[in-house]
Amino acid sequence: MSNHAILEVKNLKVNFDVSSEGDMPWTKAKKLQAVNDISFSLNAGETLGIVGESGCGKSTLARAIVKMVPAESGEVVWLGNDLLGLSNAETRPYRKQIQMIFQDPLASLNPRMNIGEIIAEPLRTHYPKTPESDIQARVSDVMSKVGLLDNLMNRYPHEFSGGQCQRIGIARALILKPKLIICDEPVSALDVSIQAQVVNLLMDLQEEMDLALIFIAHDLSVVKHISTKIMVLYLGNMVELANSEDIYKSPSHPYTQALISAVPIPDPSVEKNKNLIMIEGDLPSPINPPSGCVFRTRCQKAQDICSQDKPEFKEVSSNHEVACHFND
Amino acid sequence: MIVANKSKIKKMAENLSESGAGRSLWKDARMRFMQNKAATISLFILISIVLFSFIGPYFAVWSYEQIDWNAMGSAARVGMPSIESGHFFGTDDLGRDLYSRVIQGTQISLMVGVLGASVAVVVGTLYGATSGYLGGKIDQIMMRIVDILMSIPYMFVLILLLVVFGRSIGMLFIGIGLLSWLDMSRIVRGQTLNLKNKEFIEAARVTGVTDFKIITRHIVPNLLGIVAVYATLLVPGIILAESFISFLGLGVQEPSTSWGALIKEGAGTISYDTEWQLLFPLAFFVVSLFCFYFIGDGLRDALDPKER
Repeated sequence: MSNHAILEVKNLKVNFDVSSEGDMPWTKAKKLQAVNDISFSLNAGETLGIVGESGCGKSTLARAIVKMVPAESGEVVWLGNDLLGLSNAETRPYRKQIQMIFQDPLASLNPRMNIGEIIAEPLRTHYPKTPESDIQARVSDVMSKVGLLDNLMNRYPHEFSGGQCQRIGIARALILKPKLIICDEPVSALDVSIQAQVVNLLMDLQEEMDLALIFIAHDLSVVKHISTKIMVLYLGNMVELANSEDIYKSPSHPYTQALISAVPIPDPSVEKNKNLIMIEGDLPSPINPPSGCVFRTRCQKAQDICSQDKPEFKEVSSNHEVACHFND
Repeated sequence: MIVANKSKIKKMAENLSESGAGRSLWKDARMRFMQNKAATISLFILISIVLFSFIGPYFAVWSYEQIDWNAMGSAARVGMPSIESGHFFGTDDLGRDLYSRVIQGTQISLMVGVLGASVAVVVGTLYGATSGYLGGKIDQIMMRIVDILMSIPYMFVLILLLVVFGRSIGMLFIGIGLLSWLDMSRIVRGQTLNLKNKEFIEAARVTGVTDFKIITRHIVPNLLGIVAVYATLLVPGIILAESFISFLGLGVQEPSTSWGALIKEGAGTISYDTEWQLLFPLAFFVVSLFCFYFIGDGLRDALDPKER
């Protein structure tokens, strides 16, 4: 592991225009802040886990990094180059270094192509002159890496189980030997035993190929297992960013504390006596976020200052940053 | 030990998967289609009709425009179907051989149907896929054009075209082709919108596949199912339109003929005891349309994504 940051995201903002029913064509669309002012950096070989409720902007953040959704402002610096400033054609060479794995394993594979074609597609796209024998060799190589037999190459996606489909997706992401893989909830559509297989496979591959991972999930135990750093998002805002161990040992933000208290402990006696922090109410609308601290409407510690000032994102200890007024 | 086990398992798995070749969705669909008896029989009958329209002329004694002076004007007594006279299907009122004329009509009607449907498929698919994939303002404009064209009465435009520019097969093609792609483009656009947000399209975009390759490699192959089904249902529709136009007397020109024109003549003389003049072309017409509908139905069942 090197300590050189390969990816730096600086003050990234993504807004969506939302037009409501009954709007006239000239009415200005409302802005929905999907991702608000997010910054982090990622070193080679590291894993950043991103957790948060549904609709808190996890997937949008991932899509903004690979330019699938346009960012409002901010920078995505990949090995010293700001990707957001580049045109589509200029971005293409970088696309082979950043790959993505998707949530629905079957939907992410074209049903009319066989597995060999699907896995080879990135290779054919970026190195169109590769001879067919080399492509075959690379495909079967990468298939054995993810634990698939290479005689399945001529089969079609519908003939595979969810876990196998996810392995195929991983194989497709690996074939160009990328430096970063963004995993958008790669295991939430799989059952628990398969989840473990896929997560362990990702970790093995990470070690072997010195991959950096951005791992999005809403299952905290999975994220804890795989991540070196964890970022907690709430309503498009970062509320806490720290090393994986720190965040579990000493969560500083009330939201993180509540999230972690909700993780079931596999011991009935401990589980029963656990102090569960309940969060009341619903997620506020991101079209009209609360003033000041976004979490204040549901926070037990909320006071006047929370509605007036937005808490700054500051370090409470080394490599542990929190956005809350009540941290020493 | 673990390594040894692994290789053993691998060997076993290799033996299990006999050929290693997967069943593509197309193969699956073909198998399901073959299991549909009505559709398979229809396909067989339709192929026979097509073959008949090409091989049939070699057995004909009379050509389609030759007049048998004996039968002219007395079709009811002399022109009935018989093997000896060479009029296998009888003659029409002018003494022309109905066997040859039905073959001629079959060729023309099927050609109009198939060519018209192909124009609709090509134009409709390209237009719809482009509109759907590009989206936004372009999509809006392209679809409003379709709306406007759709709101013009189809038959009225066709009749007007034929009256103004004269009756000819070419004009008929243009008229039918011009309007029949509209529904196709709608269907294709809807499907494209649906496909566009699928994760495999996003995966391709993240990888850096160009828009053109995404349309040709990922979108069009996934559209072909619905396009195939719609095309088989479009062919009889176009044949019907052509027959209707011919029935009105605006379609193909004498001495050429089509199913619609033959049916019109047959229907006009039905009170003179020459029912074969109506029944032969009508039988071909009805059987072919049934076959097309059954095939379309079979294809739809075979390609239905829910069956996967």
